[in-house]
Amino acid sequence: MEAVRAENLFKTYGHGATEVKALLGVSMVAHAGEVVALLGPSGSGKSTLLTGLGLLNPPEKGTIDLMGERVLEDGKAFGDLAALRRSRIGFVFQKSNLIPFLSAHENVRLILALNDQMGPETYTRSQELLEYLGVGNRSRHFPEELSGGEQQRVAIARALAPAPPLILADEPTAALDSQRGRAVMELFRKVAREQGTAVVVVTHDHRTLDVFDTIYEMEDGVLSRAEKTA
Amino acid sequence: MNLAMKDLRRQKVSFSATALGLGLLFAIVLAMGGIYRGLVEDATLLVDHLGADIWVVQRDTRGPFAERSTVPPALEDRLRAQAGVASARSFSTATIQRIVGARSLRMTVVGLSWPEDKGQALPLVSGRHLRDPHREVIADRSLGLALGEILPLGDETFRVVGLTQGMLSSGGDGLVFSTELDARAILNWQAPEAKRVEREGRLARLAGTELDSISNQDRLRDERFSPPTLAPFPANAILVNLRPGASIEEVQRGLEAWPDVTAYTAQEQRDLLLKGVVEKSRKQIGLFRALLAIVSGIVVTLILYNMTVAKTHDIALLKLLGARSSVVVKLVLNQGLLLGALGYGFAILIAKFLFPLFPRRVLLGPGEYLGVGMLVLILVTLASAAGIVRALRIPPTLILAG
Ligand SMILES: Nc1ncnc2c1ncn2[C@@H]1O[C@H](COP(=O)(O)OP(=O)(O)OP(=O)(O)O)[C@@H](O)[C@H]1O
Ligand SMILES: [Mg+2]
Repeated sequence: MEAVRAENLFKTYGHGATEVKALLGVSMVAHAGEVVALLGPSGSGKSTLLTGLGLLNPPEKGTIDLMGERVLEDGKAFGDLAALRRSRIGFVFQKSNLIPFLSAHENVRLILALNDQMGPETYTRSQELLEYLGVGNRSRHFPEELSGGEQQRVAIARALAPAPPLILADEPTAALDSQRGRAVMELFRKVAREQGTAVVVVTHDHRTLDVFDTIYEMEDGVLSRAEKTA
Repeated sequence: MNLAMKDLRRQKVSFSATALGLGLLFAIVLAMGGIYRGLVEDATLLVDHLGADIWVVQRDTRGPFAERSTVPPALEDRLRAQAGVASARSFSTATIQRIVGARSLRMTVVGLSWPEDKGQALPLVSGRHLRDPHREVIADRSLGLALGEILPLGDETFRVVGLTQGMLSSGGDGLVFSTELDARAILNWQAPEAKRVEREGRLARLAGTELDSISNQDRLRDERFSPPTLAPFPANAILVNLRPGASIEEVQRGLEAWPDVTAYTAQEQRDLLLKGVVEKSRKQIGLFRALLAIVSGIVVTLILYNMTVAKTHDIALLKLLGARSSVVVKLVLNQGLLLGALGYGFAILIAKFLFPLFPRRVLLGPGEYLGVGMLVLILVTLASAAGIVRALRIPPTLILAG
């Protein structure tokens, strides 16, 4: 099952002298249960692709299908992109992922509330997710009271809460030491395997590439599949 | 999930301090209205209390409150003879400022027409009404006099036998009620030396007239003698009450034909007071109030706008996570409403506990509370709108910029 399919994406920032062609005909697929790495030098367009797939920053050309459903075609949206984001896509970023005035538990429950799930079962669900990610004992803590690794685990728990088919992570381990970084990457694989979620991770850390099923490399707006050399 | 409430948990102190500041502003807006109503109440209090149907004053004056008016007490008898008149009593009042003990007391002396009016109708908080036609007074509590305290006025002393609350003149001075005769004596009192000089003056004026004789000179020198040709102390007005069924307008019209007096109905007297005493204050207070409302509006807008700006990152994150616009709108609006409600709550507390300590009456009814409440609601809603416009413009991708 294809969780996400992108075909021939083009994205240009600015115009005239400041014009930057960030995506030049990018195509990619991520399947349910697959962990995908996105490598590439700085400024190559990785984040642009990720936010494109995340329906935050729609490419002006090309198509994106979520779960086999067309959601974007040549910059034109099919349906409410915000609604798709909150129900179909989980986001994890490098840092400041969490709402600072909500506890870990509430940060997870927030995404359920955004999806109009308010009942008592949301308490159980968010607690279960936090425990699943190894931060069950931190559920009442506020983000500033959590370590970077714990924050990322809470962010992953939140991304998982609405059971989305796709999780997008942009350098989620950049602010962590290598040991904790690796632990987070392994969590992504666990999530993909056990929840059947497709996970696309932008990373610079070549030491964790063994965790991934598929590796893409971006270079000046052009994406290519790299051989796994593990 | 009420995000605004959740946010406030983390900044209770600063939010409460902000609300307290706003509360003070709202309290002043509230006070302005209350002070105005207090002015009106004070201005008309005495007129309402005395309950005359018609006020007869010196011709062409707007007395006795708005300006000085003197009428001879004998006017009472002429008025009693008028058709439709049930009673006529002379009335004197003036504000005096005397040193009593170590205090400087500013009070408005009001004469009650003994024996009909002993102050029974006054709202006494302690003590009793007048029992003796002389040397007893009922004083307002605002003057700080104690029951039983002796008040030296002129060469008489007066005992405070009763205390009222909230009986103030239109100038805000505490009222002191005595019998009408005592009031006239207090207000027209002269030092013995002044009387002696006056007697010398009379002797001098007598000299050279055909009344000048040894026996007349002797009489004028006698301290106990007051020549019948001199007018008694004047009163300031005569209060007239009508027989049941008599027409106020008719009697008033009849009195207007008298060349020496002007007659006002109680309503006209009230209007004179309001126009003269209160009108300027009303404009001033109204202007001040409008200015304050504008200042409050600007302050609330800035606060709410800045609170929204401070949450730019969180709002961007909410949008990125796919929050509906309504979630963002509610966050900002709820914050505004909470701030307004808390500020208004503080304003009510301030009004309840602080306003009674003000030197002048602050009269607040449900209308004032409702009015200012509505104003607060409108202000925070408009102010929130500014924050909302800003919040809705925050791009979700801002979060990625780092
Ligand atoms: N909002 C923007 N406006 C203009 N140009 C942009 C914008 N965002 C990105 N770019 C440009 O597009 C190109 C691709 O940027 P992108 O952020 O996708 O790179 P990246 O691969 O994620 O880099 P990094 O590894 O540093 O995060 C860069 O040249 C960048 O300067
Ligand atoms: Mg990037």
